[in-house]
Amino acid sequence: MAVLALACVALALVPLGSIVYTVVVRGASVVNPEFFTQIQPIPCSPRANLTCTQGGIGNAIVGTFLLLGLSSAIAIPLGLLAGIYLAEYGKGPLVFAVRFFADVMTGLPSIVMGLFIFATFQIAFPGIVFSAIAGALALAVIIIPFVARTSEEALRLVPGSIREAALALGVPKYRVTVRVVLSSAREGIVTGALLAMARVGGETAPLLLTAGGNSFYSVRLDQPIAAMSLVIYNFATTPYANWNALAWGAALLLVVIMLGLSIAARFLLRHRFHEQRIRG
Amino acid sequence: MTRKLATEKVSAWYGPKKAIEDISLDFEEHATTAIIGPSGCGKSTLIRCLNRLHETVPKARVEGKVLLDDKDVYADDPVAVRRRVGMVFQKANPFPTMSVYDNVAAALRLNGVRDRVKLDKIVKRSLEQAALWDEVKDYLGKPGVSLSGGQQQRLCIARALAAEPEVLLMDEPCSALDPIATAKIEDLIFDLKKDYTVVIVTHNMQQAARVADTTAFMYLGHLIEVGGTRELFERPRETLTESYITGRFG
Repeated sequence: MAVLALACVALALVPLGSIVYTVVVRGASVVNPEFFTQIQPIPCSPRANLTCTQGGIGNAIVGTFLLLGLSSAIAIPLGLLAGIYLAEYGKGPLVFAVRFFADVMTGLPSIVMGLFIFATFQIAFPGIVFSAIAGALALAVIIIPFVARTSEEALRLVPGSIREAALALGVPKYRVTVRVVLSSAREGIVTGALLAMARVGGETAPLLLTAGGNSFYSVRLDQPIAAMSLVIYNFATTPYANWNALAWGAALLLVVIMLGLSIAARFLLRHRFHEQRIRG
Repeated sequence: MTRKLATEKVSAWYGPKKAIEDISLDFEEHATTAIIGPSGCGKSTLIRCLNRLHETVPKARVEGKVLLDDKDVYADDPVAVRRRVGMVFQKANPFPTMSVYDNVAAALRLNGVRDRVKLDKIVKRSLEQAALWDEVKDYLGKPGVSLSGGQQQRLCIARALAAEPEVLLMDEPCSALDPIATAKIEDLIFDLKKDYTVVIVTHNMQQAARVADTTAFMYLGHLIEVGGTRELFERPRETLTESYITGRFG
């Protein structure tokens, strides 16, 4: 049994190892200062009489961080509030409905979410269908149900005895929730939020319909914006060697950023206790 | 002696299930009242009605009156009631993210007290009252959950005392502790009644006999008999009480 399980683990690790290996080997060569600061180069094919420049994805790095930051700023508070409602306050059929639809939404293909924002913007804001704000909203719609469910689960893991202890001290319920229960569930909530960010950080399909991509630096919310996932998608499918190389580099950077997020979270989140003393 | 706390025809339900019925009982000020009875007889439910914690359970409900200084607590704000009626639970439940100090200071901090000098004073006094100060004074910054089981329970007592309650409810506070830790807490209960009105639920009759001035015996949600502890154990009026204390069931 143990041997079988180990064999399965090994089998499951093969694709992971293969992906990491390939991405590192093929992506590492372009990772240099130019890669982080420049925008995309003129496409270069070996036969044309052009000087091939490497170029970079600086605009896409900025774009991905802006999209991630904005979508998290919209979605994490909303998702967390929904999670608090589900775990601490809700009763009856509404809880069932909210939880059911959150589960359905986490299972929806992300391109449908992109399509939803795309269609909504076509009707409501036709001038900015392809814009940073549309992209951020598409990602936010993906994050909200995910954060709602993970924070609900994290809050449910806090034993009822902790809530009772705080209530019995004469602390109002909302303060028990905010100061005691949330702080006890903090690790689970932040892990869930970071996982959600890591998940949408690589999303491509919804951004194709919303953020649109941009060959230049832009931080304007009403303009199309570049993203690393879009760079990978667009550049990997071209015949140009320098664009292909940038796509590999972008893939490597995306993997490293997402991995870094998770690792950093583990370290930052550990509860620290400090020396305390009373004289006398 | 004056009566500090009393129940008048209190009944409580969990959903459709009635857990206690028509309990009327007086609790003397500066005395310890023990509630004994077999598991599931409703003794914990009864004391959870005293600080209005019963109603925080989904679908639970209470009828009747609980009088604190002759005023019905069910006509008051539950938060205000719980500040006056502290509680210690069966299983020690220190706040997991808080240090020893922060656990004791929790009631004050969570209700907005920031004055460090005042906090220090109350934390020290509460830990002394809970007979824990000497053991933890050099480890106030350590997590509350890193203490031993008996220490954690005394930490929870200190945490309850720091809120400066008038009544202290204890729901089988020693059931998870070894005999030495139990003896410490029993000594403590003996000292605490000088300043507080103590109500202790226990399934341990020897413990009731050791710490309580008055003992009430409950069975299947009903109050069967209440009297001076000595009297109840030596000359029970009811056959049910006698069968229970002589160990014929329970």
